[in-house]
Amino acid sequence: MALLQNNFPTFLQGFGYTLLSSIIALIGSMILGTGFAIMQIVPQKWAQVIGNVYVQVFRNIPLLIITFFFFLVVSKYVKMSGFTSGTVALMLYTSAFIAETVRAGILAVDGGQMEGARANGLSFGQAMQYIILPQAFRIALPSLGNQFINLVKNSSILAFVGGLDLMYQGNMVAANTFDTFSTYIIVAIFYLILTLPLSYYIQHLERKLKRAL
Amino acid sequence: MSMIEFKNVEKYYGNFHALKNVNLTIDEGETVVLIGPSGSGKSTLIRTVNGLEEIEEGQLLVNGFDLHDPKTDMNRIRKNVGMVFQHFNLYDNKTTLENVMLAPRLVLKRDEAENKKLAMELLEKVGLADKAANMPSELSGGQKQRAAIARSLAMQPKALLFDEPTSALDPEMVGDVLDVMRDIAKDSSMTMLVVTHEMSFAKAVADRVIFMAEGEILEDSTTKEFFEKPKEVRAQKFLSQVEHH
Ligand SMILES: Nc1ncnc2c1ncn2[C@@H]1O[C@H](COP(=O)(O)OP(=O)(O)O)[C@@H](O)[C@H]1O
Ligand SMILES: [Mg+2]
Repeated sequence: MALLQNNFPTFLQGFGYTLLSSIIALIGSMILGTGFAIMQIVPQKWAQVIGNVYVQVFRNIPLLIITFFFFLVVSKYVKMSGFTSGTVALMLYTSAFIAETVRAGILAVDGGQMEGARANGLSFGQAMQYIILPQAFRIALPSLGNQFINLVKNSSILAFVGGLDLMYQGNMVAANTFDTFSTYIIVAIFYLILTLPLSYYIQHLERKLKRAL
Repeated sequence: MSMIEFKNVEKYYGNFHALKNVNLTIDEGETVVLIGPSGSGKSTLIRTVNGLEEIEEGQLLVNGFDLHDPKTDMNRIRKNVGMVFQHFNLYDNKTTLENVMLAPRLVLKRDEAENKKLAMELLEKVGLADKAANMPSELSGGQKQRAAIARSLAMQPKALLFDEPTSALDPEMVGDVLDVMRDIAKDSSMTMLVVTHEMSFAKAVADRVIFMAEGEILEDSTTKEFFEKPKEVRAQKFLSQVEHH
């Protein structure tokens, strides 16, 4: 307890950076993931190829390597901090998984929904936005929830590039106090403060959406 | 004036020749019933009219625009040509009222208050005013189909396509849907192309009957001629089959 009290501002700062990185990466990866999911299902062959290559590349390379790529290589040309490198890497990496999840969701929506919308005068984009994607997200929600929770946990790669996050601060505290065990217990609890409510919120959404349909 | 005009239209699914040299003219305000055995290409033909299926050869003029011309804006055609499907295809994530209001709002930019008023009038007309707030999953098949018809009508189309609108319904629900369709057909400016096996509906409502088999139009006669004595032997056979069950 004394350990927590003495280092509270440090933990809190780490918590703040982890939260910030997670929120940015989550929003970014949802947008990118949805975009690349749509690219994979449009009739244009070139778009399908781009979407597929993107997903395969980012899904099949370890997150740590993507992070180092931004931190060590890209940062030579575009100035970016460890926090930014890690967050961008996390966003791209997660977006590949979200693209797959959303694509599966779109394919699970009955084909008649798109036909009904097009015949009704909606453009492809309007049909996607108002009819297909809301249903696809609902279908994909349990698996999206998993991706979100993984994202929060994976944000700990920030620690490898001096990203000031919870894991990074935990490493610092552990090195200073030599109380490794207590430190990482506290770090774990801070992660739970983020992931448990997220988990419950997704479950709540699932129930709510089930009732709405 | 002709609303829909097929000129030497050919349609293929891969190597399969689905529409063979189709020539057909439907005038504005006409109600035409399209019949034929299963697999004869009725759905294919009707779906080409709003571009859900592309044609490979020939000309297909709808409301004056050539659908085979890549410059034709398909969305503009679909604004004027509604379609009612066998399996309804209502928006599962929207209430009945929203199903009716969505396309006019997004596509026609209709004023919200007016949109709602018109949508409620249409739901009233098809007997679903009390279901406005319900989701499609809470409607019976017949109610779904009437909601789908209201959704099409809300776009105030010039033409309506029906692809076996009562085939997926329990027998006791068919009558209500046909009544609504009969009502629409009374509107002298509405062009209707209906694929159906309901011969009593065809007799009562259609101006003309088209008979198709294996991708070809074999007969195109006035309703009276067709039901008194079909010219084609296969049409005669088909008629005696559907009328005896
Ligand atoms: N998307 C498709 N791909 C390949 N063949 C198809 C497709 N749609 C229809 N067909 C074939 O075209 C023929 C006509 O089908 P369809 O127009 O649905 O007939 P109908 O509505 O008269 O029963 C059938 O032999 C069917 O198998
Ligand atoms: Mg059919």
